[in-house]
Amino acid sequence: MRNVWIICRKELGSYFVSPIAYLLLTMFAVIFGFFFWNALGYFVLMGMESQMRGQMFPMNLNEEVIRPLLSNVSVVGLFFIPMITMRLFAEEKRTGTIELLATSPIRDLEIILGKWCAAMILYACLLLFTALNFAFLFRYGNPDWKPLAIGYLGLLLQAGGLLAIGTFISTLTKNQIIAGAATFGVCLLLWVLEWVSGYETATWARVLSYMSVITHFESFAKGVLDVKDAIFYLTVIFVGLFFTSRSMESLRWRS
Amino acid sequence: MIKVKDLTKRYARTIAVDQISFEVEKGQIVGFLGPNGAGKTTTMRMLTCFLPPTSGSATVAGFDVLEQPLEVKKRIGYLPETPPLYPEMETADYLTFVGRIKGLSGSELNKRVDFVCERCAVADVKKRILGKLSKGYRQRVGLAQAIIHNPDVLILDEPTAGLDPKQINETRDLIKSLAGDHTIVLSTHILPEVEQTCQQVIIINRGKLVATDSVQNLQSRAGGAESVLVEVAGRNGNLDWSVVQKRLEQLRGVSRVHYKTSHANRNIFEVESQKGFVRGDLARAVVEAGWDLNELRPAAMSLEEIFLQLTGSEASVGPREVVAKGAD
Ligand SMILES: Nc1ncnc2c1ncn2[C@@H]1O[C@H](COP(=O)(O)OP(=O)(O)OP(=O)(O)O)[C@@H](O)[C@H]1O
Ligand SMILES: [Mg+2]
Repeated sequence: MRNVWIICRKELGSYFVSPIAYLLLTMFAVIFGFFFWNALGYFVLMGMESQMRGQMFPMNLNEEVIRPLLSNVSVVGLFFIPMITMRLFAEEKRTGTIELLATSPIRDLEIILGKWCAAMILYACLLLFTALNFAFLFRYGNPDWKPLAIGYLGLLLQAGGLLAIGTFISTLTKNQIIAGAATFGVCLLLWVLEWVSGYETATWARVLSYMSVITHFESFAKGVLDVKDAIFYLTVIFVGLFFTSRSMESLRWRS
Repeated sequence: MIKVKDLTKRYARTIAVDQISFEVEKGQIVGFLGPNGAGKTTTMRMLTCFLPPTSGSATVAGFDVLEQPLEVKKRIGYLPETPPLYPEMETADYLTFVGRIKGLSGSELNKRVDFVCERCAVADVKKRILGKLSKGYRQRVGLAQAIIHNPDVLILDEPTAGLDPKQINETRDLIKSLAGDHTIVLSTHILPEVEQTCQQVIIINRGKLVATDSVQNLQSRAGGAESVLVEVAGRNGNLDWSVVQKRLEQLRGVSRVHYKTSHANRNIFEVESQKGFVRGDLARAVVEAGWDLNELRPAAMSLEEIFLQLTGSEASVGPREVVAKGAD
C-alpha cells in the first residue's frame, strides 16, 4: 500500500510539473463551461416559454440540466482519457526508467495501481471543475444532490474502466502517440458500440451495445444506482488492470 | 554472493548469453569484460531480475532470481546502461523517490540522500532538473541512485562511461572503497579499468564465457613472453628500417621484430623476446651499428593483449580503440 502511494505521488508530480495537467484542466473547464451555459440558457428559455403559454408544469433542474450535462461529461471524458494514460508506461519504456522500477523491491501490481490511481486523481481533478459549475446551481436553485452524487460516482467508475484500458495500452508500446491514438480509438469504439441498438435487436447487437460504456452510464445520469451497471464498470477496471499486469510480465519475457 | 550456473538468454533470433557459469565471493569487485554485443548487459539484467533467463539459474545472496525476485531486488543496487532518470524531476527529489521505492523512509532516507550526493559529487546539482544535466552528471546521479539503499550487491553497467578523467578516477576510488561490505560486478570494455579496480575478471565474447580468473593470474598467464618498444634514429636523419629490423632479429633471444610506425620521423620497433632477454645487448647492438637509440621501454603485456588473445578474432578491434582512449 505504501509503495502504491509512492508511485502514485511520483506520477502526480510528473503530471503537475509538466504542462499536461494544466492543459487538460483548462480545456476541460472551457468545454464544460460552454456546455453548462448552453444547458442553462436552454433551460431559462424553456422556462420563459412555458410561462408565456401559461403552463405551470414543474421544471426540474436535475432532469433538465444536470442529467444531460452529466451525459456530456461522460462523453467528453472519452476524449481526455487517452491524454491522461498515454505516457504512463510508454514514457518509462522510452527513457529506460522502467528498468529502475522493475529492479526495485516493489511488485508489478503496486506499480500498476499507483499509476492508475494517479490517473484517477487527475481525472477527479477535472471533474472538480465541473462541480464548481454545479455549485452555482445550488446557489440559485435547489436541485437534489443525491442524483448528482450518484452521477459523479458513475463518471468516476466509467473513467476508472477506461483509464485501466488506457494503462494497459500504454504498456504495449514505447511511443506515447501510438498509445494515445490506440486508446482514443478504443474509447471511441466503446462509445459508438451503443448505436447498433438503434436499428437492431438481435442478440449480437444487444451484446455489442452492452459492451458500450455509455449504455451503463444512463442509469447513473438519471441518479439511479444500478448495481448491475456498477459491476460492469468494476469488471472493466479489473480486467484492464489484470491485462496490464499480464502485459508487464510478458514484457520481460519478450524483450 | 552471486552464483551463476549455465545461464542462457535467447532472444527471438540471437543467443545473447550462452550457458555461462561463474561465482563471485562476498566483498569482491568483479570486472565483466567483453566487446560490444558480448552479452554483458543481458547478463546483468538477468542478475537484477529485469529479464528472466531462458535457462540456467542465478542466485544472489542465496536467493534465486526467478523464485524470490523481491528478496534479490532488496539486496541489489543497479546502474543500467542508460541511467534511469526521470527528466522532469530534480536530483534530490529523484534520489528521495528511489530511496523510497527501495524501502527507506524518514530521517534515514534524508541522511542517505545527503550521503550519496556527497559521495557521487552531485551535491551541487541537487536542485537541478535531471533532464538538463550533462551526460557525466547523469551518470553520477545514476550511480548515486544505485547505492542509495546501501545494497549488499552492486551491479554497474559501464559505470564510468561518459565521465571526465578526474571523475573516472574518483568513481573508481568510490567503487574500490565500496568493496568489502559490498560485492560489486561492473561491466566495461576499458581494460585498464579492470586492472585498476577489479580483483577478478570475467571475460565474455559473443555470449560465451572466455575466461574467469583473478587479474594477477591472467597477467601471469601471459608472462611467458616479454616485449620492448625501441625507437631508433639514423645519424643523418634517414634510416632504412628493414636493415634495423634484420639486425635486431639476429640478436640472441629475440623471437620477432615488428616495425610499428615512422610518423614524425620516429622509427619504433616492437621487439618480442623470451624471458630473461638482456636489453643491454639490444642497446649496444643499435649504437654499435651507428644508429641513435632514442627510447627503450617495456611494452607491458597488459590485459588488453590477453583479452585480444582470448577473444581472438577481428571482432575485438572495436574495444581496442576504446582502450586507447580510456588509458590515461
Ligand atoms: N531486446 C533485444 N532483442 C533482441 N536481441 C537483443 C536484445 N537486447 C540485446 N540483444 C542482442 O543480444 C546481444 C548481447 O547484447 P548486450 O546488450 O548484452 O551486449 P553488451 O555486452 O552489453 O554490449 P555493449 O558493450 O555494446 O553494451 C547482442 O547481439 C544484441 O544484439
Ligand atoms: Mg551493454
